[in-house]
Amino acid sequence: MNLQHLIARLPYSKPFLFVDSLLEINENYVEGSYTFKENEYFYKGHFKNHPITPGVILVECCAQIGLVALGIFLLQKEGASLENVKIAMSSSQMDFYLPVYPLEFVTVKSEKIYFRFQKLKCEVKMYNSQGKLVCKGSLTGMLKKDIS
Amino acid sequence: MTNQSHYETLKEIVKIYLPEDVSISEVTEESNFISELNINSANLVDIILDVEDAYGITLENEDMEQMKTVKDALRIVNQKLLEKQ
Repeated sequence: MNLQHLIARLPYSKPFLFVDSLLEINENYVEGSYTFKENEYFYKGHFKNHPITPGVILVECCAQIGLVALGIFLLQKEGASLENVKIAMSSSQMDFYLPVYPLEFVTVKSEKIYFRFQKLKCEVKMYNSQGKLVCKGSLTGMLKKDIS
Repeated sequence: MTNQSHYETLKEIVKIYLPEDVSISEVTEESNFISELNINSANLVDIILDVEDAYGITLENEDMEQMKTVKDALRIVNQKLLEKQ
């Protein structure tokens, strides 16, 4: 499966898809990027007259690239049909270092810690266009392939 | 190790993942991890990984499917330890 194909397999759409491209993926690692658009819906309220990307959205961006894209890749390697994959985030622990403003380009790098019993655990890091660390932490999710 | 000590070892592991509203004194052999101890499926995986480390055994997907209660976990541990010998 090529990288563009994999993005099409992500179970998200506007305004909640935070992946523009996947740059690299293998069994242990994934890297992808996203540019926050000027008119993302959450900038209207976060904050009043002062748009900054909410931390939860940074976590979501990290999870879509670092957990879900990697998870779908791993399931597909196991030979699962990807028609009915069920996904849930099960934990997140993140530290934040720098704000992300509208029109900023970010890169997410995620390393697999383990994928066992349908639970994927990754260490993720997000960098801005200057290569500075925006946030890092550990995310876990459950990925269930529907057999039926 | 005796069954009793396996039970104590397992309880020490389970304790880490109990939600705040469940106390370790409520755990019995009959306790169902998910419906009674309020452990979610992700934490059940953590329990299994800790059990594997504690005993040097490896569980399979089928073992996880069977592991509904504390008693099930003890049975699986005993069975894996026997297979290891």
